Amino acid sequence: MSSRVIRSVTAAAVLLGAAACSSSGSGGDPLAGPSASGGSGKTVVVGSANFPENVLLASIYSQALKAKGVKVQEKFNIGSREVLYGQLESGSLTVLPEYNGALLGYLDAKNTASGTAAVNAALQAKLPASLEILDSAAAEDKDSLTVSQDSATKFNLKSIGDLSAKAADFTIGGMPEFKSRREQQFKDAYGLTFKEWKPTGDATADALKGGTVQVGDVFTTDPKILLLKLVTLTDPKNVFSSQNVTPLANKAGLDATATGALNAVSAKLDTAGLTALMKRVSVDKEDPSAVAADWLKTNGLG
Amino acid sequence: MNWTNWTGWISTFFTDPARRSGPDSIANRVGEHLTLCGEALFWSALLAIPLGLLIGYTGRGAVAVTALTGVARALPTLGLVTLAVLLAGVGDTAVLVPLIALAAPPLLVATVEGIRGTDPDLRDAARGIGLTHRQVLCQVCLPAALPTLIAGLRTATVQVIATATVAAYVGLGGLGRYVIDGLATRNFPSTVGGALLVVLLAVAAQLFFSLLLRYGLPPGLRAQRAASRRSGGTRR
Amino acid sequence: MDGEPLVRWYWIGDHLAYLRDLALDHAVIALVPVLIGLLIAVPLGLTCARFPRLYQPLSAVFNVVYALPSLAVFVVLIPYTGLATRATVMVPLTCYAVAVLLPTTVDGLRAVPESVRQAATAMGYGPWHRLTAVELPASVPYLVSGLRVAAVSSISLAAVGALVGRGGLGYLFIDGFQRSFPTPIVAGIVLVAALALVTDLLLVLARRLLAPWAVREKGAAR
Repeated sequence: MSSRVIRSVTAAAVLLGAAACSSSGSGGDPLAGPSASGGSGKTVVVGSANFPENVLLASIYSQALKAKGVKVQEKFNIGSREVLYGQLESGSLTVLPEYNGALLGYLDAKNTASGTAAVNAALQAKLPASLEILDSAAAEDKDSLTVSQDSATKFNLKSIGDLSAKAADFTIGGMPEFKSRREQQFKDAYGLTFKEWKPTGDATADALKGGTVQVGDVFTTDPKILLLKLVTLTDPKNVFSSQNVTPLANKAGLDATATGALNAVSAKLDTAGLTALMKRVSVDKEDPSAVAADWLKTNGLG
Repeated sequence: MNWTNWTGWISTFFTDPARRSGPDSIANRVGEHLTLCGEALFWSALLAIPLGLLIGYTGRGAVAVTALTGVARALPTLGLVTLAVLLAGVGDTAVLVPLIALAAPPLLVATVEGIRGTDPDLRDAARGIGLTHRQVLCQVCLPAALPTLIAGLRTATVQVIATATVAAYVGLGGLGRYVIDGLATRNFPSTVGGALLVVLLAVAAQLFFSLLLRYGLPPGLRAQRAASRRSGGTRR
Repeated sequence: MDGEPLVRWYWIGDHLAYLRDLALDHAVIALVPVLIGLLIAVPLGLTCARFPRLYQPLSAVFNVVYALPSLAVFVVLIPYTGLATRATVMVPLTCYAVAVLLPTTVDGLRAVPESVRQAATAMGYGPWHRLTAVELPASVPYLVSGLRVAAVSSISLAAVGALVGRGGLGYLFIDGFQRSFPTPIVAGIVLVAALALVTDLLLVLARRLLAPWAVREKGAAR
């Protein structure tokens, strides 16, 4: 050990640096994946982002395609939107479940389109020629204002606008950034000023049940909505932009059969249904693939 | 990917103003990384060295050590980290336990081997001149085992520095943040820069322990090591 | 954790086939690189033994390679080998295996007693012939102990591949983590450890068969 090691380590660092510098290949974005092979093969590669709901949705897509005789390869749980989008562009992935509002925000952060149709129109304009979105499902996974069943009945609350009489008495909870993002929007769109804003974070649903807050920002497919008997208020003024589950695909990789199979899934999938499926996945710990198969069978798509 | 890209990413990473101050600064991330590794090594040493001294000196339990280190080495860090977070919540403890499981076995083995490698004649002589067992262990065996021990510490340190990157997956800090966040946001400079910093830290740790072995030992041991090197002693 | 038990035993019973498939995938991802690493390390080690000047820089390079965080290497390889492919995980694991096996090979070759070497030379063996016919077989115990370390750490590291979409049993860790579901994580830890221990046991047996003269384990202790 000693000076030999020191000299060698230095040499190694130099050699390694040299090796790194001399490696050659295509330029550009290295996370874009190997070059496109889209269209040539008949196999549809279904990908998913790294969270359980996306894995479930991808599993539904994959099995719906298989049921129509399409050859499918699954690459689930492999990363974030940033990574997957590049893989889709390069043709390494053929299709994946997306959320239209979030995807639009990724492609065009300044776009203020709201409502499913407007968001999808803006998306079609922004997507490169090689990619397309298929039909959106009614199912949405987005922020919402949610109340307990008790308050909903007691104060006859159905939409966010119904809160106007009670807002001054209500404490509202959500992620720490919720207040700075939304306070002004609620004031402008619905004329609501809440009594107090509490950063309840991941425990927002529990805080609603426990009564520390009366209104909370809960994701619409959070199984706690079912477990804790919460009611999601409708948002007619679209403060929360649409987040419809929508297949994003590489055009070259899908034929009419495959497109038809995926659109048939979207036609049947709604928020309540997706929430019920999510409860089975994340509360009852059932396998996403088994839950997906059940849903397809129930809806005559399996 | 040509070399301008690589150097470009690295310079993009290091010239980003966010790298100079705030939570995502290099100073802060390196600090978090070193704190985490330091804590893990501290607890590993506290656990492994006394146990190793005892086992090495008495010669009892050596089989158990082999079995235990075999199992510990086979435990996947990612699995331990995710399980610890589910059980104990996000926090340093969740990452410390897996890192200790990683660092303690090589330390334990090195200590046992170092003590057992002491010349038996030397021990007998020390006992002969009236030293107690404790004195023999602390004043004769421990110094003689020091080079092996430090080499073990070097192995443990390098492994812990490289593996602590996994902590970022469960939301903790350290240099793994650059790697994981870079992957998630498709920010290649961040990933490459983070990896480079981890390697630099590991190499620095190797150098530190190599220098310690060379200059930090009592003169008698240095002579002994030089002799063992000439006779082709084993690496690590 | 809201009363979720550490292990839901029925889940394991329901998923035996799934766990078996993951374990097989894991074994391939983790152990094929060790075999390839052996095929690289032995010739490299022989060359280093023949030309000792090569050894220092080479071993230093692999020392640095060993310090590379596996996750970062996987990520850096994605553009070349693809996301969620076996190669992305197997290429770095091969490098780690070489990093472990090269020094043990060289140590093993060097540990051959001078008398044996001289005897071989006296019998008319040239340097290469002596290396391959005398010193290499004599270093088998060293090689096997190196293989044990390489195989066990490769099995443990392969799990990290799950973060780039291909990690065999490692998938159980991220799946369990995302769903706050400890059962798959526990099953994964146990299976990874079991896979490592079985591999280790097989290697010990292999050494008994290949080098029956080596009663006591020698060589790299790490």
